[in-house]
Amino acid sequence: MLVVVCVKQVPDTTQVQIDPVTNTLIREGVPFIVNPYDTHAIEEGLRLKDRFGFRVAAISMGPPNAEATLRKALALGVDRAILLSDRFFGGADTLATSKVLAAAIERLAQDEEVGVVICGKQTIDGDTAQVGPGIATRLHFSQLTLVDRVEEFDEGSRKIRVRRKLEGRHEEVQAPLPVLLTVVRELNRPRYPTVPMRLASVDAKVELWDNAVLGLDVNTIGLKGSPTWVSKIFSPQRAKGEILGDSSTEPEDAAQLLIDKMLEKDLLAL
Amino acid sequence: MMPHNAIFTALLSASLAFFCWSVYRRFSLVLHGQPEERLDHPARRLKEMLLYAFAQMRVLKKPFGLNHFVIFWSFMILAIANGEFLLNGVFPSVSLSLLPEGVHRFLLFAFDLVSLFTLVAIVLAFGRRLIVKPPYLDSLYVKGRSVEGFLILAFIALLMVAYFGLHGALIAQGRESVASAMPISSLVAGFLPAGSLGGVELVSWWLHAIVLLAFICFLPHSKHMHILTAIPNCYLGSLDWPATQPRETFEKGQLFGVGSVERFTWKDLFDSFSCTECGRCQAACPATCTGKPLNPRQIVHAIKTNLLENSQALREGRSGTLPLIGDEGEGTNTEDAIWSCTTCGACIEACPVLIEQMPKIIKMRRHLVETEARFPEELLNLFENMEQRSNPWGIAPGERAKWVSTMEVRPFVAGETEYLLYVGCAGSFDSRAKQVTVALATVLDAAGVSWGILGKDEKCCGDSLRRLGNEFLFDKMARENVELFRERKVTKVITLCPHCLTTLKNDYRQYGLELEVVHQSELVARLIAQGRIKLDGSDKSLGKISYHDPCYLGRHNGVFDAPRGAIEAATGSAPQELERHGRNSFCCGAGGGRMWMEEFIGERVNHARVDEALAGNPDTICVACPYCMTMMEDGLKDKGANNVRVKDVIEVVAEGLMRKELRKG
Repeated sequence: MLVVVCVKQVPDTTQVQIDPVTNTLIREGVPFIVNPYDTHAIEEGLRLKDRFGFRVAAISMGPPNAEATLRKALALGVDRAILLSDRFFGGADTLATSKVLAAAIERLAQDEEVGVVICGKQTIDGDTAQVGPGIATRLHFSQLTLVDRVEEFDEGSRKIRVRRKLEGRHEEVQAPLPVLLTVVRELNRPRYPTVPMRLASVDAKVELWDNAVLGLDVNTIGLKGSPTWVSKIFSPQRAKGEILGDSSTEPEDAAQLLIDKMLEKDLLAL
Repeated sequence: MMPHNAIFTALLSASLAFFCWSVYRRFSLVLHGQPEERLDHPARRLKEMLLYAFAQMRVLKKPFGLNHFVIFWSFMILAIANGEFLLNGVFPSVSLSLLPEGVHRFLLFAFDLVSLFTLVAIVLAFGRRLIVKPPYLDSLYVKGRSVEGFLILAFIALLMVAYFGLHGALIAQGRESVASAMPISSLVAGFLPAGSLGGVELVSWWLHAIVLLAFICFLPHSKHMHILTAIPNCYLGSLDWPATQPRETFEKGQLFGVGSVERFTWKDLFDSFSCTECGRCQAACPATCTGKPLNPRQIVHAIKTNLLENSQALREGRSGTLPLIGDEGEGTNTEDAIWSCTTCGACIEACPVLIEQMPKIIKMRRHLVETEARFPEELLNLFENMEQRSNPWGIAPGERAKWVSTMEVRPFVAGETEYLLYVGCAGSFDSRAKQVTVALATVLDAAGVSWGILGKDEKCCGDSLRRLGNEFLFDKMARENVELFRERKVTKVITLCPHCLTTLKNDYRQYGLELEVVHQSELVARLIAQGRIKLDGSDKSLGKISYHDPCYLGRHNGVFDAPRGAIEAATGSAPQELERHGRNSFCCGAGGGRMWMEEFIGERVNHARVDEALAGNPDTICVACPYCMTMMEDGLKDKGANNVRVKDVIEVVAEGLMRKELRKG
């Protein structure tokens, strides 16, 4: 069985600033990282590999430099890394992206049965959380989102039972394979690459698939296949904060001051 | 002449053969280690050997070391007596009486005297182990009151008793030509029963012979092996005190760090045969002292035990079955022990025979991090933050220069700026340390020093990574920094933090970068001496000040006087000393990457240190390192000592300057 992990290279958003004049992202000099949620997706794929001996493939759609992200996945122990890169894929929104990723997974399934696809809950640059569900819909896979624990994975009866992390509660659900999971950070603690694996990943093969491999209609992918339009990006205005405090160093006084302030601002219900 | 020469010759031959075979077996194990250069600079090495082995400089640092000094030198002198004894046993015609009479008399006088000294020293040593027994004599697997320890003392005592018995009997029988030079033996002669002098002579001779031969056989199999290894070990010691770690190269198919005993260098293995379990390192170790599972002496003991246990396999070219790192057991180091080290270097400083314990721990950390990717989970974040954002907190690098918001930003420009002020991560991001940075900048300006910063281009030096064994990442950051410094033509650097100091000064040297690096306290002391900073020594606002030596400023880089002098210049009086200070200072608990780890086991190191500081009732604890600052402030909070402040040396100087200005104004 093959486990496919979808990963994305994203700008390190803690280092991104918005140009106050043009309201666009200043991307210059901002380093790229693996989307943090995706590191947990990779880890879960590798855990299935460790437990059941499945093979793991990491796929990523992006520009040629997104190869670095796949090399990191290789250093962690994935068996196969595929970069989906083509001019025609560029400018894609979540719909067009999920089409390309789904097509790549179908292409992989021609060689080896794909039982599980794992995605991060969302990316930290787009924050839509739509691509994972989009892939599941197109592939007609069971769809389990926001997974924070895999309770049971039964290869024989082809079933998976997971816990989903919802607001204020958890939900335990079961689904038949094939399945697509989107995962949250609480799911696992990603492993750290060993030096021998890092060195091996430098020369490891990253397969490059363009649209000639996938054979998709160019009008349904990339910018042309994206119905989403970004009309405006702006930083929300925030009122200037204030420093609270009198000269007292007693914790009780500080707490009282904070409570008074919150009551004054109507932030605390009594 | 005795009728037993033939028997003795046979026994001696067998003993010497066994001794040589044992020594060969043990020393050949050392050759299973990895190569390491330790034969360079013979003159410097000879000096170290004379100082530490023969003059016993480290041994004498503890009062009871004098006892060892007496035994050591007696042993050296009695080696002549024992040599004569062995030769004479085989060739009865050979004896010291062949020497000119004056020399003969002098030697026998010396033997008589030092034999008595030794006997007294051995009785004291017995008493120390039996009655006083300092706690550091015991480790998990080797006890102060061990059979081995007492057996060795008994051997030496019996040799002395036999010596006096033999020579007393000879004198009583009138067969000692230089009896008048032997006061103690003569005294003993008077007590011997006149009727059985021949018997006493015979028994004493054989007692001396048997004990000496037994000692020769036992020696290579005991911790007393140190009498063979300690002197060469002092010769082979590290010549660079700042015990930085060797570089690793990163190529495919290599092994990283030390995961099994033969991965240590031959010198590491030789160290393990030089340890005599004196326990001084464990008495100095902040981890051991606060109940952590690490004991530096046990690390060395484990290497020796592991090597011996796995010797058969190693000889057959296999790896041994006893793991070097694993669950608690003799010959194995636990991961908890390996991660408890603060790399403060107190163990290295304490060892009388120059064993280097701490670097061995880092080599095992390298194995855990680089080969196994196994480490305490808090470190994952640290490693990721370092790799992605080049600082331990993972704060955006663009915010590095935010501390200058109250001042004019001064970029470093080669040719125009004299010093690069390498602010470091703490000085750039930690809110308390940022105040220290501002104080430093103010003092530098007051002295008219030309300085500039790299701003957002500054990167972390990588100190914590290297001490934590993540050499792969350290190597990457070091190469980037070295390139950056070369590109910007940096030659002179001021650091705020002793960890940056040691890394830029000592570690980067391995990358071919020779910088003139000074810690702020050194520079300020120099500026005061040059009269460029004028303090009137009248600032009493900080009250009674105690100074805590940061390990990486003091022990690792030898800066002790500068911070003390700066405090004295500002306040008019020298700071009060903590009980453990200077070279013997006790770590705050944050070195070796421990700053970024939880401390679950035992007492917190910073609590132990803060207690020690509070014993002197200070108003201010003065430090010279941002890590020490955090640890001391946290410790004081935990102890509820709200009335005691922590200040960096540079803040004391800055406040002294400010108050002087105020008084003027």
